[in-house]
Amino acid sequence: MLRKVTLLAAALVLVAGPAFAAGKAKEPADIAFSYEGPFGTYNQAQLQRGYKVYREVCAACHSMDLLAFRNLGDRGGPFYDPKYPNANDNPYVKAIAAEAQINDLDSETGDAIKRPGTPADRFPAPFANVIAAKASNGGIAPPDLSLMAKARSGGPEYIAALLQGYEAPPKGLTVPPGLNYNSYFPGDVSAGWSGDKHHTPAGGYIAMAPPLKADLVTFDDGTKSTIKQQATDVAAFLMWAAEPKLEERKQMGAAVMVFLVLFAGLLYASYRRVWRNESH
Amino acid sequence: MVDPAANAANPSGGEDPSRRDFIHIAAITAAAVGGAAVAWPFIAQMNPSADTMALASVEYDLSKIEPGMQVTINWRGKPLFIRNRTQAQIDAAVKDDTASMPDPQADAERHKDGKAQWLVLVGSCTHLGCVPTVGGGDYQGWFCPCHGSHYDTSGRIRKGPAPLNLAVPEYAFLSDTKVKIG
Amino acid sequence: MSGHSTYQPKSAFTRWMDARLPVGRLVWDSFVDYPTPRNLNYWWTFGGILSLCLGVQIITGIVLAMHYTPSAAGAFNSVEHIMRNVNYGWLIRYIHANGASMFFIAVYLHMFRGLYYGSYKAPREVLWILGCVIYGLMMATAFMGYVLPWGQMSFHGAVVITNLLGAFPIVGETITTLLWGGFAVDEPTLKRFFSLHYLLPFVIAGVVVLHVWALHVVGQNNPTGVDPKSKADTVPFTPYATVKDGFAMSVFLILFATFVFYMPNALGHADNYIPANPLVTPAHIVPEWYFLPFYAILRAVPDKLMGVLAMFGAIGCLFALPWLDTSKVKSMRYRPQAQLYFVIFVVICWILGVCGGKLPDDQVIPGLSTFKLFDSELNSYVWLSRFATLYYFAYFLVVMPVLGLIEKPRPVPETISSPVLGDSDKKD
Repeated sequence: MLRKVTLLAAALVLVAGPAFAAGKAKEPADIAFSYEGPFGTYNQAQLQRGYKVYREVCAACHSMDLLAFRNLGDRGGPFYDPKYPNANDNPYVKAIAAEAQINDLDSETGDAIKRPGTPADRFPAPFANVIAAKASNGGIAPPDLSLMAKARSGGPEYIAALLQGYEAPPKGLTVPPGLNYNSYFPGDVSAGWSGDKHHTPAGGYIAMAPPLKADLVTFDDGTKSTIKQQATDVAAFLMWAAEPKLEERKQMGAAVMVFLVLFAGLLYASYRRVWRNESH
Repeated sequence: MVDPAANAANPSGGEDPSRRDFIHIAAITAAAVGGAAVAWPFIAQMNPSADTMALASVEYDLSKIEPGMQVTINWRGKPLFIRNRTQAQIDAAVKDDTASMPDPQADAERHKDGKAQWLVLVGSCTHLGCVPTVGGGDYQGWFCPCHGSHYDTSGRIRKGPAPLNLAVPEYAFLSDTKVKIG
Repeated sequence: MSGHSTYQPKSAFTRWMDARLPVGRLVWDSFVDYPTPRNLNYWWTFGGILSLCLGVQIITGIVLAMHYTPSAAGAFNSVEHIMRNVNYGWLIRYIHANGASMFFIAVYLHMFRGLYYGSYKAPREVLWILGCVIYGLMMATAFMGYVLPWGQMSFHGAVVITNLLGAFPIVGETITTLLWGGFAVDEPTLKRFFSLHYLLPFVIAGVVVLHVWALHVVGQNNPTGVDPKSKADTVPFTPYATVKDGFAMSVFLILFATFVFYMPNALGHADNYIPANPLVTPAHIVPEWYFLPFYAILRAVPDKLMGVLAMFGAIGCLFALPWLDTSKVKSMRYRPQAQLYFVIFVVICWILGVCGGKLPDDQVIPGLSTFKLFDSELNSYVWLSRFATLYYFAYFLVVMPVLGLIEKPRPVPETISSPVLGDSDKKD
């Protein structure tokens, strides 16, 4: 009797479980990224393209404070070279770092100077502080992108959808000045909607203007630079930036799971052997 | 049903008690191996982290250093001396190669081949760690004011309580004017 | 079950130690020769699993504390420093964060086992209450631990929960100011939470010692609810229970590893990867999943103080349980009507958890419009929470006392060994 009731309860729970979204923004399309799944890895070419998009487009307004240039040469990263296990020695990384101008103090006079970067330096921020960031961007500071792929539900798929998802506001929707309508951005547009109340458009108002244009970034590997390509590649890059240890984590996971399954098997055999003469 | 008391001493249930079951040994061994594998990351996390290691190497442009001058930079949290020796200083050091000193060492062993003018030393007195001043002391090398150790122009201890010569770190010339330490 | 010790020190050293500090004897009596009912099923392995969890959390926590910076300015970045720079830091952090969830999965299963088999009934009342104390300490520890990364959810979750204490009349504001160390959750709050988060697990360890001591005085309960009557009913703890616990732990670790290595952020919240901003409130503040049922109860009651009292009352019911249940029969294996109420109770706890994670005015069945009952639509999560809360309290305050008096239990076996020898039903 208990079995039957428990099974029924379990069935009900499974049906009731999945959350029904509040229906405020469009669902991002699924993208089959290379790093998904238990054996996923980053696609280095994609990360390089994504880094280029970040550096040439996004970095103008968005900081990435938690990343250092040396991270670009780490295992799993866009410019990893097995010849240089220590990313600080990687010549590509050193060259990229040297292109950046880093704030520093003159070691003799103490004045504020700018000097070429080294791999140990963090990515320089476009604005000196949050107040400057807000002032240059209509009162809203562009968020740091180091963890963006983990800081939004929907992750990189959401980011890619958002970047491609700017569309002309439907008739009857008044967009406040300084903002942009995006059907993937979580928000509530009912205040500016003069149409049918039961069919308020999905999405919200985002302060960022559409950042991508076709052929805005030239990809060194010759990949066609469509908006979709740029969005997908930068989303993958942002995922790497948020979770650089993903490959190491999944590889260790495979070894650990194999060990644990074998270990559980050994312990089960041991358990059966110990109890073989006992009724219980 | 088997008597449980008998089983406490004899889990193999009536068989030879000295023959521990293979499966139990295998399980315990696997647990030990697993335990060691788990322990490793907890020990390794105390090793220097990646950002500390990134600052473990430093590159320096030698063209800024005038002959006879020394520059002191921060390397791995300690002072590092880079000294551009004059010919007279080099000759004085070589002349004393065979002199009696607490830690005998030839001058040639303390610089890179063909680069005798460049001396790269850890600026930490081998006695108790004070930073020696350049040019002072009886041998015009370095003088440590804390307890009076005298180093010569090769950074070798000549007089005073320090037991060893100033340490030469691992370094390499990336070019004639650029050196990488660490 | 305290009996005569059978420990025989074999070597000169062990005899010497035994005369001075009988640790070997204590270990032998408590974990080797200790008589354990032979019919324990896998629901009894969660005690060992919980000890493993406590050990894992303490070790990973101490290691994390070597790298963590407990300041408002440094906390978030220090956690990212651990994730990116510290050797294996990402592994240790993910183990600690997911370990907390695993700890609560195990404790809930352990508690449900206690409810089903009547493990809280005499003479195990103190054992049960110590367990409730451990549960309360775990909740406090977990709450403070979640604040430490100083993400948006850390900060605003702390704001909401500490504000609850302001609900108490007269003393409320004084208490919250004392707790905050300021006029709002800020740096002083973070620092003291760090200190207490480091301390409480050792307090938990101490109460666990008492818990195991209390257990060993009265002995384990077992699926029949009938205490062992003779040696035939028990087996020595080592190797019988040791190897079974070991196997159960390894299966538990497989689940744990699946989260750590393949879904490390599944049980967390994306907003906590945004640094705390006191001026921006997240769209949807939710506590960690293991607090959701109590969060649902809190929000079910429209009045702030009554909601707080209901939430604490829900936990309080657990403490009173030994005296609320009037049944003479311990194990629900022999109480078919109680089984039904129990299953519904488990489902209700799940429903409360789901409700806690939703916005109160969201529709349970999307698209179905109903009428407004008092302050909210009937088809809303807040009303579902209210019905579920009603059952939750009714289960402890009505079902447990009344059912024991009116039910017709199945015949209880004489001893543990009788059902094992092929008698009556062996099923739960």
